[in-house]
Amino acid sequence: MFGWFKKKKPIEDTQNNEEKPVEVVESSEIISIEQPETIPAETPNEPLAEPTISEEAKKGLFEGLKRSSARIGDGITSIFTKAKLDEEALEELEELLILSDMGVETARKITAEMARRRFEKSAAPEVIRAELAEIIAQMLAPYETSKDPWAGNTRPQVIMFVGVNGSGKTTTIGKIAQNLVDNGHNIMLAAADTFRAAASEQLLVWGKRANVPVIAKESGADAAGLAFEALQKAKAEDKDILLIDTAGRLQNKLELMAELEKIIRVIKKQDESAPHETWLVLDATVGQNAISQAEAFIKSGGVTGIIMSKLDGTAKGGILLALTEKYKLPIYFIGVGEKVTDLQPFNAREFANALVNI
Amino acid sequence: MFDALTEKLGGVFDNLTGRGALSEKDVEAALREVRVALLEADVALPVVKQFINTVKEEAVGEKVIRAVKPGQQVVKIVHDALIETLGGAQEPEDLKISSPPSVIMMAGLQGSGKTTTTGKLALRLKKKDRKKVLLASLDTRRPAAMEQLAILATQAEVESLPIVQGQSPVEIAKRAMQAAKFGGFDVVILDTAGRTSIDEEMMVEAANIAKIANPSEILLVADSLTGQDAVETAKRFHERLPLTGIILTRADGDGRGGAALSMRAVTGLPIKFLGIGEKIDGLDVFDARRIAGRILGQGDVVALVEKAVENADMAAAEKMAAKMAKGKFDLDDLSMQLRQIQNMGGLGGIMGMLPGAQAAKKALDNGVVNEKIITRQIAVISSMTKKERQKPDLLNASRRRRIATGAGVDVSEVNKVIKMHRSMADMVKSIGKGGMKGLMQKMGGMKGGMPSEEQLKALGEKALQSGAMPPMGQNMPQGLPGLGGGGLPGLGGGLPGLGGFGFGKKK
Repeated sequence: MFGWFKKKKPIEDTQNNEEKPVEVVESSEIISIEQPETIPAETPNEPLAEPTISEEAKKGLFEGLKRSSARIGDGITSIFTKAKLDEEALEELEELLILSDMGVETARKITAEMARRRFEKSAAPEVIRAELAEIIAQMLAPYETSKDPWAGNTRPQVIMFVGVNGSGKTTTIGKIAQNLVDNGHNIMLAAADTFRAAASEQLLVWGKRANVPVIAKESGADAAGLAFEALQKAKAEDKDILLIDTAGRLQNKLELMAELEKIIRVIKKQDESAPHETWLVLDATVGQNAISQAEAFIKSGGVTGIIMSKLDGTAKGGILLALTEKYKLPIYFIGVGEKVTDLQPFNAREFANALVNI
Repeated sequence: MFDALTEKLGGVFDNLTGRGALSEKDVEAALREVRVALLEADVALPVVKQFINTVKEEAVGEKVIRAVKPGQQVVKIVHDALIETLGGAQEPEDLKISSPPSVIMMAGLQGSGKTTTTGKLALRLKKKDRKKVLLASLDTRRPAAMEQLAILATQAEVESLPIVQGQSPVEIAKRAMQAAKFGGFDVVILDTAGRTSIDEEMMVEAANIAKIANPSEILLVADSLTGQDAVETAKRFHERLPLTGIILTRADGDGRGGAALSMRAVTGLPIKFLGIGEKIDGLDVFDARRIAGRILGQGDVVALVEKAVENADMAAAEKMAAKMAKGKFDLDDLSMQLRQIQNMGGLGGIMGMLPGAQAAKKALDNGVVNEKIITRQIAVISSMTKKERQKPDLLNASRRRRIATGAGVDVSEVNKVIKMHRSMADMVKSIGKGGMKGLMQKMGGMKGGMPSEEQLKALGEKALQSGAMPPMGQNMPQGLPGLGGGGLPGLGGGLPGLGGFGFGKKK
């Protein structure tokens, strides 16, 4: 599992300075909040650090995920009342799994695997839970990534965030930005969501909090043009990383998907290897439509990884199982709350355990 | 795997309709398919079970077995059960507005679309109900949420409460009600911060706001792409807040259906509106029949007609209809048609609503057919002179070359447009007089009841046979007239051509 890498600093709880005044974009010029002080870039050869997760945040992850999956765990307790695993129990297990949004096909697959392992064997709830967590963790383990997404050869590393409306792109970028800055990276943000009202302002607030420059333009400006200029500027200022926020778009809106393709084309004019990563941000509440989202965003946006937001609610995010199985995409982060520290590198075992409540 | 529910059920009932009589086994097999289809469409499991039981009770039995058309009967039972679960055939009640200032409170998860929907609701109240509306954002958490609402208020041309930093949501709510009272507002809409249903502190806050503001409506805003969690979220919000209704957003996505069924079923709350698109006027009244029809693969014809009426410039449409009645259809008319197709959400938007056009839509989604073609075709027509547009016969080779240069396309593109126009003009000629009148009567007759099996079949077959499918892939222009069996020429022009959908004659 990768971490934030580079220098560790105590992660500040941002809740206290949440209410900073908002910067409103009025000028048609590029707005860029300059950093008062430049943080010196670290040497790239520095040994990789472990993820910086405070104990409190860790608890948040488990609490969040556990709350969300209480019913799978409870369900198992109430289903497996017999001594041995039988057809009836398996059928009910399949239904429990479906409740996590993993889809009928994946639920059947896991149920079949459970049958293979434990049919006619002891079916004590804790045994079944452990076995289930094991199966799920094994399925997800290949998609827990050890790749450092910030460590490419070219500077700046360009990372683009895509997804449907309201999936949590801007908030995720805000959290990532803060974490990167806290770990000594010199970064820039680009507010390429020029469509939604006050989207730029939202990112500007995050930029201000993290003390990083944000490239923004007036609403309605050409998103591709903005991304192009942002990359130009990030290059000129020798940034390590450029995070590009894009407008939320439903994957069946062809013209909006075409706009996404244009943003990428335009970025490539400056750097053929960019964007180095394109992350699809998914809301944990999403159902089977996530598959269609992934397909379309892979096609138009060249998605290289997944981030799942809002896992601190009642939704379980079981769709990750179906998605990874189908598209073999790594899962980079999960969001388990509104604080900066609530964005965590994805860990298959922890996710599986929390999903089945152990 | 992620086919729309429409396609899934279409497949299931194709098997059923092909037989003479139905056994209990048949019904069960079909319902197993329905169960999976519903789950894949994100209908929550408990709701699916309940739904399947209802349908099974109805479907297995003499009524069906002795029926002349068993498949048709099952379709009807499923259809009725869907409508029932979705809230019945009657229109949802309009928003309850109490003595001014009446308060509407919006609640929901983060990112469900509350703020955008608040703006849309404000526009509707202002335009349709002639209310003086005040918007207030109580979202002190998400950066720039207040600014977002202020911008939306400007777009809807309503007022928003001045932003005062540092106030708590409850304080803002009080200030909003005060401002509404003194400002003579009819309605004040309180947009609240997104919250998870298990965030105790935030749920208490929401309950407090509801207590203080005493809203006439508390609306749960939910994403229609929501999966199994729809049940949980709706239930938990309903436990903590006296909700009065649900608004489903992103209903223009391709994941519609499931969440609507689930939320309605567990809360019993009416789904009042559907959020369609990102523009401020993208709010439709929820119609259970329409959604059930969509799910069953009848296509959303009612919505299509409404959209056509909405988008057509009526004066221009009437003029064109008059022209068409005389059998005339020039390139200006074609250009107008193309523009209206664009206004209606492009081909993708239209085909999503058309019965039997799922496959064509897929071709479109897969990029086989490019939406940009329409833009190009409009450009071609724009590059013609007025005379040429009225008298396409003038278009000789050199004129065509000039037009191609002007539009920045190959001459072959120009030829395609001309060819398309010719075939449409021929069709218009054949429609002749009385087409419109007849059509309107037919549509009127359709609206209420279930279409017969013949009609359903005709729908699918017409869409297929009319040439919509094969030419679409390779040759857009020829596909266009065929799309709705000759429907499109009339579509924008105020319905004349809609008759081609096959509603007209029974076979």
